[in-house]
Amino acid sequence: MSASTAVAFSRLAEIAGEANVIRDSAELAAYRVDGLAPAAAVRPGSTEEVAEIVKLAARERLAIVASGARTKLGIGAPPQRYDIALDMTRLDRIVAYDPGDLTLGVEAGIPLRKIVAALAEHRQFLPLVVPFMGRATAGGTTASGVDSPLRQFYGTARDFTLGVEFVTGEGIAAKSGGRVVKNVSGYDIHKLMIGSLGTLAVMTRINFRTFPMPRQTRTFVATFREAEAACAFRHAIAGSALRPQSLEILGVGSDGADILGERTGLPFEAGRWIAVVSCAGNEQVLERCRQELAMLARNAGALESFDEVSGEIRAKIGSCVAEFPAAILTGAPNAAIFKIAALPTEMAELARAIQSTQTPWALMMRGLGVAYLALMPAASLESECQRILGLAGKPPWRHVALPWCPASLKSGIDIGALQFPNLALTKKLKDVFDPAGILSPGRFMGAI
Amino acid sequence: MNANLISDLKKLLGPRSVLHEPEDLMLYEYDGSVEMARPDCVVFPRSTEDVVEIVRLAGRHQIPIVGRGTGTGLSGGAIARNGGMIVSFSRMNRIVAVDAENQRATVQPGVVNSDLSAAVEHLGLHFAPDPSSQKACTIGGNVSENSGGPHTLAYGVTTNHVLALEVVLPTAEILRLGGSALDAPGYDLTGLFVGSEGTFGLVTEITVRLTRNPEAVKTLLAIFDSVDDATETVADITARGITPAACEMMDGWTLRAVEDYIHAGFPVDCAAILLIDVDGLREAVEADAKDVAGVCAAHHAREVRVARDARERDLLWKGRKNAFGAAGRVSPSYYTQDGVIPRTKLPATLRRIGEIGKKYNLQIGNVFHAGDGNLHPIILFDQRNEQQFRDTVRAGDEILEFCIQMGGSITGEHGVGMEKDRLMPLLFAESDLALMRRVRDVFNPAGLLNPGKIFPTSKGCGEIYVRPQTAAAPTA
Repeated sequence: MSASTAVAFSRLAEIAGEANVIRDSAELAAYRVDGLAPAAAVRPGSTEEVAEIVKLAARERLAIVASGARTKLGIGAPPQRYDIALDMTRLDRIVAYDPGDLTLGVEAGIPLRKIVAALAEHRQFLPLVVPFMGRATAGGTTASGVDSPLRQFYGTARDFTLGVEFVTGEGIAAKSGGRVVKNVSGYDIHKLMIGSLGTLAVMTRINFRTFPMPRQTRTFVATFREAEAACAFRHAIAGSALRPQSLEILGVGSDGADILGERTGLPFEAGRWIAVVSCAGNEQVLERCRQELAMLARNAGALESFDEVSGEIRAKIGSCVAEFPAAILTGAPNAAIFKIAALPTEMAELARAIQSTQTPWALMMRGLGVAYLALMPAASLESECQRILGLAGKPPWRHVALPWCPASLKSGIDIGALQFPNLALTKKLKDVFDPAGILSPGRFMGAI
Repeated sequence: MNANLISDLKKLLGPRSVLHEPEDLMLYEYDGSVEMARPDCVVFPRSTEDVVEIVRLAGRHQIPIVGRGTGTGLSGGAIARNGGMIVSFSRMNRIVAVDAENQRATVQPGVVNSDLSAAVEHLGLHFAPDPSSQKACTIGGNVSENSGGPHTLAYGVTTNHVLALEVVLPTAEILRLGGSALDAPGYDLTGLFVGSEGTFGLVTEITVRLTRNPEAVKTLLAIFDSVDDATETVADITARGITPAACEMMDGWTLRAVEDYIHAGFPVDCAAILLIDVDGLREAVEADAKDVAGVCAAHHAREVRVARDARERDLLWKGRKNAFGAAGRVSPSYYTQDGVIPRTKLPATLRRIGEIGKKYNLQIGNVFHAGDGNLHPIILFDQRNEQQFRDTVRAGDEILEFCIQMGGSITGEHGVGMEKDRLMPLLFAESDLALMRRVRDVFNPAGLLNPGKIFPTSKGCGEIYVRPQTAAAPTA
């Protein structure tokens, strides 16, 4: 460490207070990203402190990785450099909540469960039911770009994030968007932040639109022998008047059955496809949903076991669908989990292509065509990952990403080198926000 | 204008695709706003390749380029503020592909908004963003302005329905952003591009989401004897967790103007009405309509009527969507604002607008998307009266300043354009605007694309606004 770097680290304590700076290597291990530990961690207590820290880092060319509960730091490529962990968890307040306006402003480090509790008091909610829900923060969820089963009805964070306040890589506090539900003043810069893995700015405040909680919801499950039949069920629902809250189709290869079976209590086995549909509304609406879904499932060739699920089993299924990556990783920490996007009509073809893989797998396809494919640890895992990444762009593999990849594979599979359209323009944007290249360097695709 | 450029453009596009005579250009010096500026020429490309060549020529001659759909915009977005070339997309109006099963359509930018919905109606689908100008405005314009409409309350604005864009940058580069499948890799450039008001690039193709038509719709007309009762009803509907598909308000003055024009059956002796759509499954619609009617009654609605059939519903909506046209019939000119406020602040804001009208002795009508707090006060004025015009602009600014004080915004769906650029510093710090400028420069480094928009052109704000010297103001 150079002398100036040592001075810089001592400056961290002046900015955030001695108690909020960690230099102890044992404690710093908790901030590791893909095995790499920072030299210091700091917990700022305000936007101003964040700005000061980033300014300092920019001056000294120290690389920063911002994090919340650190549940999704595995997403992305290993950082090229990592000097300071910016722990945002002290910024955990609800800044503004106007139930009558259905708007919420929070600091980025707030745990989602705190939001859930505050909103529930007013029978409202945020349609972000995401992996690691029990610990995840609003900022981490937004930056990692994870989605929720509720996107079927409510869309993704880009659809209900109203504005963001952030600190750029130069340490400048700025904002875009606003606090009201409709607003077209200025550019939607905040949309860039969603899924950017912290490579553009450090978000300090996020404004969301909230939603009234449905009076009642029910979950239905239909089982099919063929992926085609399960997808036909999906298409029939899309063509009907029903507007489900969520719709997922799950399947497993021969060795992938255990994990999903344990987590859900459902009879998973190879060659079985299970569709899980949630609907909301009043009693009459839900009764109609039940009858119509049963008919559509039957017409699509469902096995006799179409049913409403309730109680503990419903909770388990709901959590498995929302927590799919987390559920897999809990059982198989070294699994690789792809996110694949196809057109809805290509889902059956995608399922068929996956069924032929020799590596043990589990698949969850959302009704909108976004699928999560988990490949379990096996000798063939790395080569199979390489093969699938190579399919990117060829329908039904229209978009392929590998958000969860075991660190051990990341040296063989260079996620950071993955190419995507408009790389040159993307790099120019990165330079606008972070000219010194200190924010999560190398974590985004294209080595950004 | 450089004669070489005109002859080059004519060679490229054919003589009938280039306008440069003053009498032709006059038609392109205004849009739906009160602003005016004359372009030096107008060109009509038929393909992305044409657009690339046009942009190349403009670059070589260093003249500004301004994209334009049908010129219905309300913030001066399609006006060539600094002169230069208008690129009109009216001949790129093909629906390229409809994929009913995946609920997507790919269109050229000049496709008229309601034409797309009409083209997919037999499939039970529609394009959800529905600006009041939807029978004339183009989807390219909707993308540039991130347009809204009454039903965006439940369905979202344009950005929520755009999946992919093909754009031509001022550098003549063609970019493809997003994709038909969801969650394209990389930063959300599509989301950044939508609503960039023509300052990033020219949109040449758009892939949008199509929405399934609801099984049932009920339209309620709630009649109030007090504006406060109407606005409090809106706040209460939201607070009770009911999300109507649309929730519009018109005040008594606007109703009378509309009724004279459209004969939609609006009461002319009340203070305000709410026009509320609930849609979805039959069973849900029944229950929601009952709940909404209950809230209206609790806030002293004089009467709540339910449209009996599609004809009656269409007529009520025709009345709503022609409110601006109705204002145009009774006043030589009008100035429409687009402020947004938190919904709970509706009653206070409407009272304030009334006070501002009194202060300047101006008639202000109110017709707006009450459900999402997006106001459209219509200030009537006579452009021949210089003092009245100045007062109109001052009154408009005061309304928007109040919206900002309430925690709102200066524009909900019309865009900043050249109309509200001077107000941006009230909403954004200099550092925010500087960052936005640098983002713009990534796409549009030489500033040739739609210059003089969004960002304040002079230092500070609150300077006396000088009206552009023009012959006549538009009527809608």
